[in-house]
Amino acid sequence: MSDNSTAAAGGDGGTPRDASAARDATAARDAAVVFGDAWRYAPAPEGRDHVKIAPRYDLFIGGAWRAPASGRYLDSISPSTEEKLCEFAEASEQDVDLAVQAARAAYEKHWSRMRPLDRGKYIYRIARALQEKARELAVVESLDGGKPIKESRDVDLPLAAAHFFYHAGWADKLEHAFPGRDPRPLGVAGQVIPWNFPLLMAAWKLAPALAAGNTCVLKPAETTPLTALLLAKIIEEADLPPGVVNVVTGAGATGAAVVGHPGVDKVAFTGSTEVGKRIQRALAGTGKRLTLELGGKAANIVFEDAPLDQAVEGIIGGIFFNQGHVCCAGSRLLVEESVHDALLFKLRERMATLRVGDPLDKNTDVGAINSRAQLAKIEELVAAGEREGAARFSVSCALPQRGYWFAPTLFTGVAQSHRIAREEIFGPVLSILTFRTPDEAIEKANNTMYGLSAGVWTGKGSKSFWVAQRLRAGVVWANTFNKFDPSAPFGGYKESGFGREGGRQGLLAYLEVD
Amino acid sequence: MFVGGAFVRSESGRYTQVRDHGGAGAVENIPRASRKDGRDAVLAAAGALGGWSARAAYNRGQILYRLAEMLEARRAELAASLERGGLEAGAAEREVLSAIDRAVAYAGWADKYQSLFASLNPVSGPHFTFTVPEPMGVVVIAAPPRPALLGLAGALLPVITAGNTCVVLASEVDPRTALVFGEALATSDLPGGVVNVLTGQLAEVLPHLAAHMDVAALDLHGVDAALAKRLEEAAAASVKRVRARSLGEAEWFDDRAATSPRWIERFVEMKTIWHPAGP
Repeated sequence: MSDNSTAAAGGDGGTPRDASAARDATAARDAAVVFGDAWRYAPAPEGRDHVKIAPRYDLFIGGAWRAPASGRYLDSISPSTEEKLCEFAEASEQDVDLAVQAARAAYEKHWSRMRPLDRGKYIYRIARALQEKARELAVVESLDGGKPIKESRDVDLPLAAAHFFYHAGWADKLEHAFPGRDPRPLGVAGQVIPWNFPLLMAAWKLAPALAAGNTCVLKPAETTPLTALLLAKIIEEADLPPGVVNVVTGAGATGAAVVGHPGVDKVAFTGSTEVGKRIQRALAGTGKRLTLELGGKAANIVFEDAPLDQAVEGIIGGIFFNQGHVCCAGSRLLVEESVHDALLFKLRERMATLRVGDPLDKNTDVGAINSRAQLAKIEELVAAGEREGAARFSVSCALPQRGYWFAPTLFTGVAQSHRIAREEIFGPVLSILTFRTPDEAIEKANNTMYGLSAGVWTGKGSKSFWVAQRLRAGVVWANTFNKFDPSAPFGGYKESGFGREGGRQGLLAYLEVD
Repeated sequence: MFVGGAFVRSESGRYTQVRDHGGAGAVENIPRASRKDGRDAVLAAAGALGGWSARAAYNRGQILYRLAEMLEARRAELAASLERGGLEAGAAEREVLSAIDRAVAYAGWADKYQSLFASLNPVSGPHFTFTVPEPMGVVVIAAPPRPALLGLAGALLPVITAGNTCVVLASEVDPRTALVFGEALATSDLPGGVVNVLTGQLAEVLPHLAAHMDVAALDLHGVDAALAKRLEEAAAASVKRVRARSLGEAEWFDDRAATSPRWIERFVEMKTIWHPAGP
C-alpha cells in the first residue's frame, strides 16, 4: 500500500480523509475474518539434534573451566517448557577474585603488550566462529531465554557477530579515533549483562573492551547463562591468551562481587535503573570508570500524516519484539487524536495475527516470558493498569499449559499518571496516549525520568527531524524502530544511564583519553 | 553572587569576611550561599537552558568572544583582585591573560566541536543514521581553589560552549575574584541564567545540588575525597553524570591541554537518529 493512501486516514467528518479511513477500516475488518481463525499453521520446529548442552557448566577463569569454590550450582530453566536444561556454577566472591586476578595477569602479560593488529585478529576469529556456530547458538538462545527462533537466528546472532567484526578493526586504529589524544586501555573491565539479549549483550560488552586493549570478567544473568558459556568455549577455541576473557556465572551476589572488586578498573552494566543506581552509589569515591545502560519507557509518536500501515508494523515490532523484553521498547504509543481510532483498529487487527507459542517454531512471533518472576511483574503492572482505569485489550490466543506466557496486550485511555505510562513493564504491553499538537507530543514524550529511545512517524521529513531534535533520548528512530548496528552509538539520556555502546563514541567508554 | 543575570545577596543574610592578603588589609563581606540560594541558581540555569542550547552555534561563539572582550576590559580590576587574594603582580597578570585566552579559544570551539564528535554511521541496511552531540542540561561546577580566576573560567567555558547552563561554586580561597568575573559575565551578551556564580562553603551547598533532580551533571575540581564521595553517592539517585578532576595549578595554565575538545566532550550527550532511505 502506498504512503498516500494511508497517510490521509483520519480527519474531520465528511472529508475525503474520513472516507479513506472508513475504507481502511472495512478492509481490515474483512481481512480479520479469515486471518488467524480460519486455519492453523503446521508446526515448523527448528531441530535440536545438532545442539549440545552439557549437564553441568563450570566457571571459565584464566582460560580453564573451574568448579566454583562453594561447590554450588544453579539450574537453568527453559521458560517455554519449565524443563531443566542444565546446571551452572554459582561464583562466590572467591571465584570472582580469581577471575579478576586472571584478567589482571592477562592484561599485564599479554593483552596490553600485544601488537594491536594481532589483538584484532583474535577478535576477528571470535566473530567468524560465531557465524560458523550461529545455528546452534540461536537454538540455545531460544531454549534458554524463551525468545522466538526467528529473532535469535535473524537478529541476535548476526548482530553479535557484527559487533566482533566491527570492533576487531578498531584494535589497531585507536589513535585515529581520537587523534592527538593518546588513547590507552583502562585495565580490567567488570561487565554485568541482562537476560533479554544474553549473547548480544555479551558481544556488545566484550568486543569493544577487547579491541581497546582491556581484559574482561563477564557476569551473565542467572536466567540466561548458556550462550555466554558457549561464547566462552568459542573464545577458548580461538586460543585467546588465558584470562583475557573470564566468564563467571551466578546471581545478584556474583554481579555485586564483580562490580565491587577493587581490582576492577571499569564497570559496565546493562540492566534495570534501580540496580544501576545502586551500582553508581556503590562505586562513589572509588575512581572506577562506569557506564550504565538502564531502563526506558520510550515514546513512539505517530502523527496523522504518517504512513499508518508502516507505523503499525513499527509499533508491533517496537513493543512485541522479544516479548517486549527490550529496554528501548516503544512502550508508550503517542497518537495524534485525529488518527487514533483508525490506528487502533489496524493495530488490533495486526495483533490478532501474532502467533504466540513455542520459541523454537519458526512461525512464532512472540515467545515465552523469560522467567516466572518477570511474568509476575508484568501481571502486577497490567492489573494496576486495569485498576487505574485504562481499557485493556489482549489478543485471544491459546497459551501453552507449561511455561511462562503472556498474551500481547494494549491499553487505551491511558493517562500520564498511570503506572503503565510511567514504569517500565518489560513485557508485551503497550500503553496508548493521545495528543493534539506536535508540541504536546514532545512534552508528553519527554515527560519521563527515562531517555533511552524514542520513535517518530510522519510523512514529512522536516517534521521528523524537528521532533527528533527535541526528544530527550539517546536514540531516535524516525519512520522505523528497534534498529541496531555496531557502528551506531546506543545509550541513554537522563535515568536511562550514561555512556554509549557502538561506534567511535562507544570506544571512549573503554579508553583513557587525554 | 551572580544568579539569573543579577547580583544578589544570600537569601540567608549570611556572609563570609575576606581580608586582603597580608593581614592588615581591607575587609570585604562576601555572601555565603545557602541551600535555597543553590535551588534558586538551579532554577535560573534550568530556565536559561532552552534558549541557550537552541541558539545557533555561530551566535554562541560570538557571545563567548564578547565575554573575552569584557574580560579584557577588566584586566586591571581582575589582576588587582587576584593580588588582593595573595598573588604577586606578575602572576596575577599572567593568570588574567590566560583566562582571556581561554575564553577566545572556547569562542572558537562553539561551532566546531559538533563536527568532531558527530558521526555518520555506516550501518548495514537501507538507513541513514547519524550521531550528534547535544547538551546535557544544568551542570553544577565546583571551581578549584587555585587558580581562582583561570580555574573558574577554564571549568565553566567548556560546559557552556557545549550548550549547557551552569551553577558554579567559586573558590573558597578567593571568592572575590569570582564576583569580579561575574561583572564581566553581566556585561557580556550571555543571557541571564546561563552562568550562575555562588560564593560560600562548598561542603554546605554542594550536597544539596548533587541531589537536585534538575541537575544533569556535576563537575568537581579539587574537591576533597570525602566530600567527592558524598556527592557521587547523592548523584546516583538521579543517575547524574559526575566528572571529577584534580589538576595542579600549573596544569590549568597548559593552554593546549585545557582547550582540548575532550573537555567539551565530557559534557555532551550523543543522540543517534535513524531514518530509512529508499526510492
